[in-house]
Amino acid sequence: MKYVLLFGGTMEPEERAKNPEMAAAYERIGRWFEEYGRAGKIVGGHELKGPHTATTVRFKDGTAMVTDGPFIESKEVIGGYAEVEVADLDEALEIAKTWPGQTSVEVRPVVGDA
Amino acid sequence: MFREEAAKLTGAMVRVIGNFDIAEEVVQDSLLAALEKWPEQGIPDRPGAWLMTTARRRAIDLLRRDQRYAEKVALLERSALPADAPEVDDRLRLIFTCCHPALAQEAQVALTLRAVAGFTTREIAAAFLVSERTMAQRIVRAKRKIVEANIPYRMPQGAELVPRVDAVLAVLYLMFNEGYLSRGPDVAARRDLAQDALWLASLTARLLPDQPEVLGLVALMKLHLARARARFDAAGEMVLLPEQDRSLWDEAAIAEAVEVLRRAAGMNMPGPYQLQAAIAAVHSEARSWVATDWAQIVVLYDALLRLSDTPVVRLNRAVALSHVRGPQVALGEVNDLAISLGGYHLFHATRAELLEELGETALARESRLRALELCQNPAERSLLMRKLGS
Repeated sequence: MKYVLLFGGTMEPEERAKNPEMAAAYERIGRWFEEYGRAGKIVGGHELKGPHTATTVRFKDGTAMVTDGPFIESKEVIGGYAEVEVADLDEALEIAKTWPGQTSVEVRPVVGDA
Repeated sequence: MFREEAAKLTGAMVRVIGNFDIAEEVVQDSLLAALEKWPEQGIPDRPGAWLMTTARRRAIDLLRRDQRYAEKVALLERSALPADAPEVDDRLRLIFTCCHPALAQEAQVALTLRAVAGFTTREIAAAFLVSERTMAQRIVRAKRKIVEANIPYRMPQGAELVPRVDAVLAVLYLMFNEGYLSRGPDVAARRDLAQDALWLASLTARLLPDQPEVLGLVALMKLHLARARARFDAAGEMVLLPEQDRSLWDEAAIAEAVEVLRRAAGMNMPGPYQLQAAIAAVHSEARSWVATDWAQIVVLYDALLRLSDTPVVRLNRAVALSHVRGPQVALGEVNDLAISLGGYHLFHATRAELLEELGETALARESRLRALELCQNPAERSLLMRKLGS
């Protein structure tokens, strides 16, 4: 069954990249992706550029309207995601618990993949 | 009787059908059918078999329309359910699924009561004082999440086991307290949540015999229930521990609980439930409030604080401390908790008792009024009002 792990982030990726402590964290995250990728558990995913790059398309009376910014206004933003292919929620949660980024991780099953 | 059958039935159905939602639904339907038919037709000779047959027929009816379940229907149409896993495992797996941390805790409680203890939605709604509709929605949402997010029907393994057992115990203790604390003398008609929580905890203890905290919770519940008869007087008013008529306590139940606790202690893995049970046991074995071994209780609270340092534990420790080192010292400790417990009625009620002992009548009254303002439970309110009146 396929789940998506959504990683929370509070800083812009550019700021994160400049922060010397983050370099080590990035290395851990890279290794984490590699490890689960080799095991066939992570089947896709990316880090996302910051919320200032986000554009939202909303629909009003059938008309698409384009606005600046993410569609959920909150302090927590989505910093990246990974697609995992696992047996059940427990296995997805086990992977999420090892997330080296130490930010919140939302785990959601994808539709049509029972 | 339902609680003896419900978990076995649901467990077997989940295993065969592989869909928690449908399995749980057909079991609930067959319980409702029994509630309707048994009073008229009499209880069948083998109630468990009757329920199983009804649930199986209902499942076949439901699933026949769906091609994806053709294989399961064939399985159900054979007379007996396949016994490829022992029933004990079934019930345990069921408990762990119902108490999965991915479900909201109130949903865990409701689902456990329904699927494991055979409560109807109406009974659960009555126990938690919400409408049947609200409770039904809560249950539907939880079951949908189990199916859609694929929460497994499985025993947690390895390092996961202990935290998952803790989650189960938290659900059972919440259930127990809801039944025990909100129980007045006038609710005899409604199904006793506290008794059912004890039954569930005992079942869990039988299924997980090497987990001392499960035994600790069983002992704690038994000790509370052993004192139940003394908790309300003839007029239906609540009586607190210091004033209780100890001859009303169930000594056989206390002895049983102490034996359970001894078994837990023998495993040498102390935990919060075992310590709370030990504190309750010291109270239960004292001939009077004054004759209580307070020094021992303070020691047990100190151990409990090392495992779970919460303001409520500190408040309870302060009460014990007042008997060892006097009300002045205890009041100092209680006052330190003002920030975290300022909104808790028992913080103010405890302060009132200590202030009274110190002769500060006016301040005691003020604290008691504050406690009354914050207290919701009718029995406790009535107790506070009596103290204010005297």
